[in-house]
Amino acid sequence: MILLFSGSVQAQNIPVYEDFEEYQFLLEKNNDTTYVINYWATYCAPCVKEMPVFRKLEKNYNDQPVKIILTSLDFGSNATERVRSFMKKHNILSEVVILDDPKSNSWIDKVSPRWSGALPATLIYNKNSRALYEQTFTYSELEKIIQSKIQ
Amino acid sequence: MKKTVLTFLFGVMILPLAMGQGYDIGDKAMNFKLKNVDGTHVALSDYEDEKGVIVIFTCNHCPYAQAWEERIIKIDKQFDPKGYPVVAIQPNDPKLQPEDSFENMKKRAKEKGYTFPYLMDETQEVYRAYGATKTPHVYLLENESNGFYVRYIGAIDDNYKDASQVKEKYLASAVNALLNGNEPSPKKTKAIGCSIKD
Repeated sequence: MILLFSGSVQAQNIPVYEDFEEYQFLLEKNNDTTYVINYWATYCAPCVKEMPVFRKLEKNYNDQPVKIILTSLDFGSNATERVRSFMKKHNILSEVVILDDPKSNSWIDKVSPRWSGALPATLIYNKNSRALYEQTFTYSELEKIIQSKIQ
Repeated sequence: MKKTVLTFLFGVMILPLAMGQGYDIGDKAMNFKLKNVDGTHVALSDYEDEKGVIVIFTCNHCPYAQAWEERIIKIDKQFDPKGYPVVAIQPNDPKLQPEDSFENMKKRAKEKGYTFPYLMDETQEVYRAYGATKTPHVYLLENESNGFYVRYIGAIDDNYKDASQVKEKYLASAVNALLNGNEPSPKKTKAIGCSIKD
């Protein structure tokens, strides 16, 4: 039963980082790719509403040097399972990781001093620039930023 | 002369930005008068005889607010007798987040045994003036002879998930500092929270 089930799903292994320091390398890549790091949670309504925007970006830019990393802040019992079933239900193909380090005062400024800690938020960076957006995007807003970064 | 003009222009230019960001440490907090879950109205000016007020923007639906809820009740029980009562303000638009409707606020305050007012920021003007961005978001105010002044902004403590793992009780330390005639340290902290629904 379990085998049948897993065979039908594109199972993505979801890394869970319980210590921000082990997660931080994702924010420090120094190459030709532009990284879009979205901070979200399955229980965050505006985050869920914004998810199709990232799905569309993933689809439209999969041959471009753009990498989306959806960083879930889900916590509590069954957080991994909650995130996994959300991804399946919403057909999300982007990389997903869980950041489960509740000492958030120690790391929010390391993501960006401009972030108050409110969800959702998105960090967009490459080797030349870095900006934190404490907002939700429409697709055209996000695409405009991505276009300016990958030129 | 030139310098004066430039200073003036600069002032005009940064003023709207500064206002949009809400209060910083040392700012005087505006008065408010909001509907409480018990049917009365509660104003900041009602607390003129207290040493200060712990204003916490919080709500029903947010898992971070829920995780900190019991600790908020404890803080009120600890500091209300010492002159620093909690006043909770719910800033979300219930049309966008029905769990945060006034009726649901009444229910939650009753079920959880809130010992403090739980106010509805109906026009959402109060949270905007303060510059709160999420729930929970704390503003610790000290009562001076001519109004309430912001002394600490941020988180309740350093662990949203597990009260038993808390190492630094930022808010309690800040209130204790004020009670002892000292400045809070740190004056600002951050925590993950749910964006305010507007």
